[in-house]
Amino acid sequence: MAANARASARSRATANPEARSPLARGRPATTNREHVLRVALPLIVLALVLLIWEATVRVGNVPPYVLPAPDLIAQTLITDWSLLWQSLLVTLLTTFEGFLLAAAGGVGLAVLFNQSKLLEYSLYPYAVILQVTPIVAIAPLLLIYLPQPLAVLACAWIVAFFPVLANTTLGLNSTDRNLADLFALYGASRLQILWNLKLPAALPYILGGLRIAGGLSLIGAVVAEIAAGAAGAGSGLAYRIAESGYRLNIPRMFAALLLLSVAGIVIFYLLSLANYLALRRWHESALEREQ
Amino acid sequence: MPSADKAASSILALRGVSKTFPNGTAALAGLDLAVRAGEFLSLLGPSGCGKSTALRIIAGLSEPSAGSVAWRATNASADGQRRIGFVFQEPTLMPWASVFNNVLLPLRLKRVPADKASRSVAAAIERVGLQSFAKAYPRELSGGMRMRVSIARALVTEPDLLLMDEPFAALDEITRFKLNNDLLELWQALRTTVVFVTHSVFESVYLSSRIVVMTARPGRVYTELTSDAPYPRAAQFRTSAEYAALCRRASEALGQAMTVGGG
Repeated sequence: MAANARASARSRATANPEARSPLARGRPATTNREHVLRVALPLIVLALVLLIWEATVRVGNVPPYVLPAPDLIAQTLITDWSLLWQSLLVTLLTTFEGFLLAAAGGVGLAVLFNQSKLLEYSLYPYAVILQVTPIVAIAPLLLIYLPQPLAVLACAWIVAFFPVLANTTLGLNSTDRNLADLFALYGASRLQILWNLKLPAALPYILGGLRIAGGLSLIGAVVAEIAAGAAGAGSGLAYRIAESGYRLNIPRMFAALLLLSVAGIVIFYLLSLANYLALRRWHESALEREQ
Repeated sequence: MPSADKAASSILALRGVSKTFPNGTAALAGLDLAVRAGEFLSLLGPSGCGKSTALRIIAGLSEPSAGSVAWRATNASADGQRRIGFVFQEPTLMPWASVFNNVLLPLRLKRVPADKASRSVAAAIERVGLQSFAKAYPRELSGGMRMRVSIARALVTEPDLLLMDEPFAALDEITRFKLNNDLLELWQALRTTVVFVTHSVFESVYLSSRIVVMTARPGRVYTELTSDAPYPRAAQFRTSAEYAALCRRASEALGQAMTVGGG
């Protein structure tokens, strides 16, 4: 896999000047229209769905505890805002902490594994086990042994750290061999090789892992909160969803769900932005298409 | 131009160097080669004859399975490291770093103080004519310009020995000719020693003061040709009778070397 990535990176690098000009020529006219369509089409679909939804509920006289209409959900969002906002902050804080720990843990472990094969052979299988065991099954156990906020955080971390670890490992092994030779020729130390060669070469992979980890740490936090909610504690957004479910407060469930989705989208785009800002000067994935 | 006393002093000598890779491939078998101070030496041979392996052994990137590499005693600098520049077949630049930072790399790895280093870097970049591209990233440059950056990086440490592994093989002919001329100018200006690996008869004849023709795998020296054509050489040299005659001799030698080798 690493060899593959290296080969394709090389062919991309050499094919670059030729590939750029002929492809770019036909584009400018279509790009603008494409941009508009890419924003407009999903919005039109959203408007249509909301319209049909609203109409179905009104025409069919569906009670709100079965299916609330969009306007009722919007109203709930406004009336319950202070409660939901507080819960959102709790969930976001857990997500953020879990993400930071996952980033530090994933990159840190990958670097350690890269420096010591012994350590990698000893620990990597357990990282995989942690990843493949469903978090829903682990969460109740964690809640027994850890205080509730810590258990929620641990869940967020467990779900999110593996993609960072796996991607960083791949990235650290994807350095150009000739560049590695060059570093050897000039007598670079291990630390110099790590800092000046391996980590920069791995950066696109690390950022890719972080982008996945952002969404996953939100999922981890939500899963843990729901598990904790069943145990009768917590105040995060997922807990509000579980609690509203017991009380048949379906509009609030939808409102909380909406907030969670928006939070997930914002996290994804913030990480994509970071990715773009870090790579736009040199990496193919972030290059702007020439006009 | 190469005088008698220059020819006498070799800066390094390979004696009976053999290299067999773990998979059983024998790349070199009994290679004897002396590199003389100040010469432009080309290793000419068919693809896969171990030219690149020989270069890597000289650079210390690979250990010979048998035989020895002896350096002239004065060639080690104070920190015990030899001053070698290496140019690979591909530019081998760090895509995340600007031209300036790519050329700075060898000095940074050797922990040269920043102000001294940046002066050397600016000079090296100017030598290859890329002053106005110091802040550009490799992907913003053409193939030829990237190779210039690679050469600047190899020269920034002011090496005694410049090793080049088919550096222009991937470039178009116009760019290659231009870089050939620029390389000769640099070589003359810096009075360094060059070992240049190529499979192109024409390129080796145009550039070299001495051509070592190698046999097919496992590689060893088949014969060598000395070129007395004076430097500076320029475009007229490519059309001269002397050049044509040398090319013929080199081609014949290469043809014979290929039938001799391989066993």
